[in-house]
Amino acid sequence: MAFAAFSSQTAPAADPTARKKSPVALWLLLPGILYLVLFFLTPLVSLLLTSFKAPTEFGDIGQFSYAFRWENYVDVVTTYWPHIIRSFSYALVATFFALIISYPLAYFIGVKARRWPLLQSLMLVSVIAPFFISFLLRTLAWKQLFSDESFVVQSLKALSLLAPEAHVTGTAFSVIFGLTYNFIPFMTLPLYTTLERLDVRYLEAGNDLYASPFQVFRKVTIPLSMPGIVAGTLLTFIPAAGDYINASRDFLGGTGTQMMGNVIEANFLVLQNFPAAAALSIILMTVILVFVSIYVKRSGTEELL
Amino acid sequence: MKLSLGKWLLPVYSALALLFLMIPIGYTFVFSFNNSIKSNITWRGFTFDKWLNVCNVQNGAVCQAFGNSIFIGIVATVVATILGTMIAIAIVRYRFKFRSQTSLLLFLPMATPEVVLGAGLAAQFLSLGVPKDMLTIILAHTMFCISFVVVTVKARVASLDPALEEAGRDLYGSAVQVFLRITFPLLLPGILAAALLSFALSFDDFIITNFNSGAVTTFPKYIWISAARGIPAEANVLASAVFILALVVVVTVQVSGAAKARRLAKMN
Amino acid sequence: MANGAFAESGADLELVGIQKRFPGFTAIENLDLTIPAGSFFALLGPSGCGKTTTLRLVAGLEAPTAGRILIGGSDVTDQKSFQRPVNTVFQSYALFPHMTVLENVAFGLRRRKMADPVGKAHEALLLVELDHLASRRPQQLSGGQQQRVALARAIVNRPALLLLDEPLGALDLKLRRQMQLELKTIQEDVGLTFLHVTHDQEEAMTMADTIAVMNKGRIEQMGAPQKLYELPRTSFVANFLGQSNLFTGPVVGATSAGIAVNIAGQKIIVPLDRAHRTTGDVTVGVRPEKLTMHAHEPAHDAGQNVMGPGRVVDVSFSGVSTQYLVDVPGAGKLIVFSQNMSFGSDALDGAEVWLSWTIDHGFGLDDDPADAPRFAPDLDTRTIAAQRRTSPSAELEEA
Repeated sequence: MAFAAFSSQTAPAADPTARKKSPVALWLLLPGILYLVLFFLTPLVSLLLTSFKAPTEFGDIGQFSYAFRWENYVDVVTTYWPHIIRSFSYALVATFFALIISYPLAYFIGVKARRWPLLQSLMLVSVIAPFFISFLLRTLAWKQLFSDESFVVQSLKALSLLAPEAHVTGTAFSVIFGLTYNFIPFMTLPLYTTLERLDVRYLEAGNDLYASPFQVFRKVTIPLSMPGIVAGTLLTFIPAAGDYINASRDFLGGTGTQMMGNVIEANFLVLQNFPAAAALSIILMTVILVFVSIYVKRSGTEELL
Repeated sequence: MKLSLGKWLLPVYSALALLFLMIPIGYTFVFSFNNSIKSNITWRGFTFDKWLNVCNVQNGAVCQAFGNSIFIGIVATVVATILGTMIAIAIVRYRFKFRSQTSLLLFLPMATPEVVLGAGLAAQFLSLGVPKDMLTIILAHTMFCISFVVVTVKARVASLDPALEEAGRDLYGSAVQVFLRITFPLLLPGILAAALLSFALSFDDFIITNFNSGAVTTFPKYIWISAARGIPAEANVLASAVFILALVVVVTVQVSGAAKARRLAKMN
Repeated sequence: MANGAFAESGADLELVGIQKRFPGFTAIENLDLTIPAGSFFALLGPSGCGKTTTLRLVAGLEAPTAGRILIGGSDVTDQKSFQRPVNTVFQSYALFPHMTVLENVAFGLRRRKMADPVGKAHEALLLVELDHLASRRPQQLSGGQQQRVALARAIVNRPALLLLDEPLGALDLKLRRQMQLELKTIQEDVGLTFLHVTHDQEEAMTMADTIAVMNKGRIEQMGAPQKLYELPRTSFVANFLGQSNLFTGPVVGATSAGIAVNIAGQKIIVPLDRAHRTTGDVTVGVRPEKLTMHAHEPAHDAGQNVMGPGRVVDVSFSGVSTQYLVDVPGAGKLIVFSQNMSFGSDALDGAEVWLSWTIDHGFGLDDDPADAPRFAPDLDTRTIAAQRRTSPSAELEEA
């Protein structure tokens, strides 16, 4: 799957009938799985329970007790529905643009540059190079570059491409821009993995059978690269939907661009309204899980890792 | 039949796209030389000062945060790599029940938004009354690194010819000897790659850390906190240094790998 | 098995009542086999017949579901692979990529704490003429060289029993022939017992002292190559080792010389000592190279079987010989191999010919013709494609 794109080797299919049955397997699996159950599953359960908590009577802010206050969800949705809608729409738009931008790049590296493997590796390194600089600093750089006093904005205003009082930062544009930029590598790598394995002879066969280059692309290349497209889309959409750095006021966002992540963070760390934060998180998680389950149904769990 | 313009379109586009990806890196690097006072927003002049005195600012808060990130990264990496490698070997080599559930459990942390992961862990620590400090950060980081380690090592284990270990047993090696002399050395590149990935993820993590760190500051958290009032250029210095180091290492590995492959090809 | 000492010489191998079941299918039903010490023994059969499984059971890489394995008289069934005096030359060679050639060869010696592993390793490499490459890595060697290193790595341990799992499969024809001779020479020089697993019947016949033909987990016939070839017991063996012309018909008479079988209206005689069944319906056969073609009906000789007339429907030149396909009404299409002693073919396509062969060359099979053939060769492309399609999904279902 996509995540294998992060490993430097694509594994050949191992013969499943060669697997042994042995108690050793249990000892190998237990520590790690136990750890994940303790620190991944249980927190999710904890989150679920927290989302139903009610404020303790006569308690301070931040004091909650166990209850089944499903009204929490209603409250959260009625208060924050713009943020919910905004998160998913920003994420969708960012994913779309990331796909448009990444596909030609991945195609070039994976298909056209096959003759020069060193160039391929170096280009891939360039794709993941942004990861070597902190996510926050990358976003901050764009903020500076889009700030009112920056060279970029000043020039655009001078060329009358921007209204004199307009801001670039703090708009939906800048947030989506930031999201798209930050997730391009996440989209490019799975696309590259799939395109790298594309057998060009299929394209040649298409040409041989009277298809124009555009038709070959539409009818042969795209369907064959679909696993990469799906994987890249998932890898981009999921973190983008929950992101709050880009949309934060200190970075590329403004008051009107707050996403679910910002609201969850605010409720959890600042307002200490844990049930609200938890309820929002569960809503976010549920939507994501729906996407994941569609993916799993199509490809099965063996392909997941 | 492609026009000659068409032939150049894709390479030019790719070059532009890669350049686009580099813009913030270049910006960060350039501004590490800025002779800034408090905030590093406007260019005030070129200086090497920040590079030379990187730990002096704010009583070394930047370097402290950087050091915390390194320490957390190392501990989380070690634990996650060990746990993850064990799981990877089990998944590829052994038959066991609940295989699909295990795959799902390993996949979910990678698919869950960091906000949810962070909030969940924080909620749990809260309920248990565990104070948020260095330990909680390490526990959190280890958790999300395990899945990535499994994925990376799994690919390597799967590409390991089982006949090699059988040959080891055939040649009088006991189970321990076969593991130490054959399996482990051959898995090492994958394990190292997993460890590197794990460290990178832990070092750069912000969202989960923010929810679970209490008073402890990591490097990304420091940047977040200072973003409001102005990030000192020293942060740029450290980030640029890490970038250059990482880039040099990765490029060296790629180039030497290519040279080795060419040497082998020449011999045959 | 003693650490630090070589086995004295090759040892016998005995398999008693071996059964191996995997989830979903039985690889070996009931196997009894004895391989005498110092012989070159070939286990021959098509893919999936259980020969590789047998090898792995002897090596200790798998445990049998039932039965015992004895090497040199001692029961090794419960011993792990590293405790048995057995070494394997793997099909993929399995040379350790992270060690030099020398270290590969010395590996077994070091694990057994033998004295002077490096010296002994060099000796083994000298035996396979690769000592000059001792410090190279396996990836830097050609396929043939890797194969010889794999052999050296196994032989250096002087195992009581050496197992070879289709070791020559990846080599090209010329190299394979060369290696066949070399392996045979080494086996005779060093005196080890070799168990060679292969699907290549020519290879088995060239190298082995004894061949066991395996099919679907059972041994169909065992014996010297010549015996197996000239007197096959079942139709599987008759068709797997070389090619055969087989006919089924009722026994219509018997004398002290042999049985007479009615095939397509003609009386075919098979000597009594070459017929496994002597009553009822039997299958008899003759090898294609034993047939002589005649343009006219030959005189009936007491020592000859005659069949015909038939029509030549195909002529195929293959260098050493020409293969003719002759359609004899009632008997089917017969294959005839004719050594090309002169230029041009003996008969043209469409010609009418008679076939004859010496009675002593015929054989009678042990199969009951009423049984459906266990191994029906199906060369239809659709069947092959269907098999290719179903086998991966069958494997996945088993997993």
